[in-house]
Amino acid sequence: MSLAADVRVRRGAVHVELAVDVPAGSVLAVLGPNGAGKSTLLRVLAGLLPPDGGRVEVDGEPWDDVSAGVHLPAHRRRLGMVFQDYLLFPHLTVLDNVAFGLRTRGAGRREARAGAAEWLARVELGDLAARRPGQLSGGQAQRVALARALAGDPALLLLDEPLSALDARTRLTVRAELRRHLGAFGGATVLVTHDPVDAMALADRVLVVEDGRVVQAGPPAEVARRPRTDYVARLVGLALLPGTGEGTSVRLDGGGRVAVAEQAAGPVLVAVRPESVALWPERPAGSPRNTWPVRLTGATPHGATVRCELDGEVPLLADVTAAAFAELGLAPGMQLWATVKASEVTVYAR
Amino acid sequence: MSRAERSVPAPLLIPAVVAVAFLVLPLVGLLVRTPWSGLWPQLTAPGVGEALRLSLVSATLATAVSLVLGVPLAWVLARSRIRGRGLLRALVTVPLVLPPVVGGVALFLVLGRQGIVGRWLDEAFGITIPFTTTAVVIAETFVAMPFLVISVEGALRAADARFEDAAATLGADRWTTFRRVTLPLVAPGIAAGAVLCWARALGEFGATITFAGNFPGTTQTMPLAVYLALQRDPEAAIVLSLVLLAVSLATLLLLRGRWLGRSGAGAVP
Amino acid sequence: MRIRDIGATALAVALLAGCGTDGGGRGGGSDGGGLGGTLTVLAAASLTDVFTDLGARLEGDHPGLEVRFTFAGSSALATQITQGAPADVFASANPDQMAVVTDAGLTDGEPEVFAANVLEIAVPADNPGGVTGLADFAREELTLALCAPEVPCGAAAEEVLDAAGVPAAPDTLEEDVRAALTKVELGEVDAALVYATDVAAAGDDVEGIAVPEAEDAVSDYPVCVLADAPNPAAARAFVELLRSGDGQAALSAAGFRLP
Repeated sequence: MSLAADVRVRRGAVHVELAVDVPAGSVLAVLGPNGAGKSTLLRVLAGLLPPDGGRVEVDGEPWDDVSAGVHLPAHRRRLGMVFQDYLLFPHLTVLDNVAFGLRTRGAGRREARAGAAEWLARVELGDLAARRPGQLSGGQAQRVALARALAGDPALLLLDEPLSALDARTRLTVRAELRRHLGAFGGATVLVTHDPVDAMALADRVLVVEDGRVVQAGPPAEVARRPRTDYVARLVGLALLPGTGEGTSVRLDGGGRVAVAEQAAGPVLVAVRPESVALWPERPAGSPRNTWPVRLTGATPHGATVRCELDGEVPLLADVTAAAFAELGLAPGMQLWATVKASEVTVYAR
Repeated sequence: MSRAERSVPAPLLIPAVVAVAFLVLPLVGLLVRTPWSGLWPQLTAPGVGEALRLSLVSATLATAVSLVLGVPLAWVLARSRIRGRGLLRALVTVPLVLPPVVGGVALFLVLGRQGIVGRWLDEAFGITIPFTTTAVVIAETFVAMPFLVISVEGALRAADARFEDAAATLGADRWTTFRRVTLPLVAPGIAAGAVLCWARALGEFGATITFAGNFPGTTQTMPLAVYLALQRDPEAAIVLSLVLLAVSLATLLLLRGRWLGRSGAGAVP
Repeated sequence: MRIRDIGATALAVALLAGCGTDGGGRGGGSDGGGLGGTLTVLAAASLTDVFTDLGARLEGDHPGLEVRFTFAGSSALATQITQGAPADVFASANPDQMAVVTDAGLTDGEPEVFAANVLEIAVPADNPGGVTGLADFAREELTLALCAPEVPCGAAAEEVLDAAGVPAAPDTLEEDVRAALTKVELGEVDAALVYATDVAAAGDDVEGIAVPEAEDAVSDYPVCVLADAPNPAAARAFVELLRSGDGQAALSAAGFRLP
């Protein structure tokens, strides 16, 4: 139950040209900003939007093949989809929502309801079967939507921002549950999200999409460690600086130099994690090799730390503890010194 | 929330009061002029019950025909991507702007004995439509169906079409989706459209008297009876108008209680 | 600018046309007589064509006079008058409706009968039902129209059919004589009992068949100046015109009987 797709579609200003490959039982997260073409990709895979070119294949069976004139309409694809706002049918009970897909695929009413009840039990909502969707909490509705999508035994599961409608606390528990259900699902899953944490937590592979194109693909940890664009870097909290490797230092394209631990040559990307940046009110004594004058331009509290945006020859992000932030009397506009150990700087080829 | 915040602002309240007065005062006029003492003999006069029954039956049949034909038409207008949809929508509203008497003449030209279709019906099957109860239903449907189509199309446009996408991903073809998702979602809109359609059919006069003629028991509906009574006995006309009004208001209130009252339930996202 | 030019031209043409009519009228005869203002005539619908002609003739004779007509069913007009509509002359197709007005004391003097109308059978041009006389109104297989008994032509029809002993089998009882005639014109009914004047006005699509039995049920057309007439002099002139040789000739040409 694997997915292989390579599609081109034009939606207004966005040209989407994406290739995805998802083996059976694995989860692909498509990560990108709004308007990048993520949802368009999902609609094409679902059969709701015919592509302008390319193919979609599931288990070797063509669902779309533009050159051969093949387009399987959505209702004939073995898929399940969870929409951003779930789209549970408001006029049906929770049980009948989950039974809907079983009924359309030929089950009798009694049989469909039995199957639906089983799925509701699996998402631990058996006692809410008789409710209407309007009477559910966000987390409950999300679980019903997942049960409804999975009940039809799909080959392909599509999740469109499945957690974005939830508050932060609910998201944590629902995400863990979703992870469990995805682990048990034997088909291919495509998850669209703009939240890197969802991607990191749920996916086996991440595809970063910008402007309808893949800008980076790989295992989540790899993408976090080595972001290829500023967007990905910001997403995973890294300052990403392009430059040219010259031995154990990199000359940055924007001016300035960064000392690195390993040998580097040619065009490279330098990544600095915010927690490895230290801030000083005065130029520190016995200066490490990477010491830069910076100006504090912004500060956002992030749990126990404050993420500081720094401008200067070398633009950086720095995480300092809230206590240190107060002790140093930091305020936007202040001139500071930033240091980073060469060993904390990651360099990879562009 | 305080009372002040809930109160209706004057720029809305004053026109609203004027509107109510405008709509209600003619009714008050009818009530004032009603000959209450002679009410009973007027009500039990032969033909009144017959005209009322015919009115209710034909308006209900016209509404049924409008539902069967009009809801699919509304769907085509709201959801399909066929060419010339704008023109089609304009054509649907033709009976709204056409003077009903002209509508009646137009029906003759198509379904009359000498009409394009009517001539063939007459020659092939010996069926003539004008001056029959069928003609009443056809005339009322012609005039009233656009109200239903426009209401239902509006409801379909307002309904979230993504529910239909969701149904498709659950294996439902378009017909199943229409039956099991779209129809229930727009049910309040359909109900409102049907009520409007029924009310319009019940009051229909011009197209009916032209195309179906006027004969007690077969084609004389209440509005026709009222109009003719007005020629000879204005008091009888007032009584008949009140009967029609009372019956239609009672029906609408009853329906509102039964299914229009639930219209809020469909709005849950 | 273009549009204004066209408007000016149209206005000029209208003025010229108006002058021509006035000149012709004055050249045609009488001395003007000093009538002016507006004359309002409420008249039965069946009088539409002939009254419009006669009104124009009166305007021609009196350049300062404007004649306005309201044509409708006699009963509707009688109701309007009793409700206080300002008018000078009422011409009814039916003595009963005139009686409504005289009983209310709203007339100036006694009504005078100036014309009469008689029922006639109207059939489509090719007479598909093979109708020859009043007896055909009993044929169930024909599609037949009568006026509703509530309106004058229906009351007259009922009277004639009853007197002739014809058990009528109408398919529709029309709300007025024009509606009945329209159905004949469209070929949707085989025959209708209408007024001779309606057949005369209908043109080639309709043929008339005389009804000897109807001679006993001729309906008289009374006319009267109204008590509250804003323009009584013009009102009297109009009534006189109806009774004059010219007026009677015009009525006769329109299919009316003369009293």
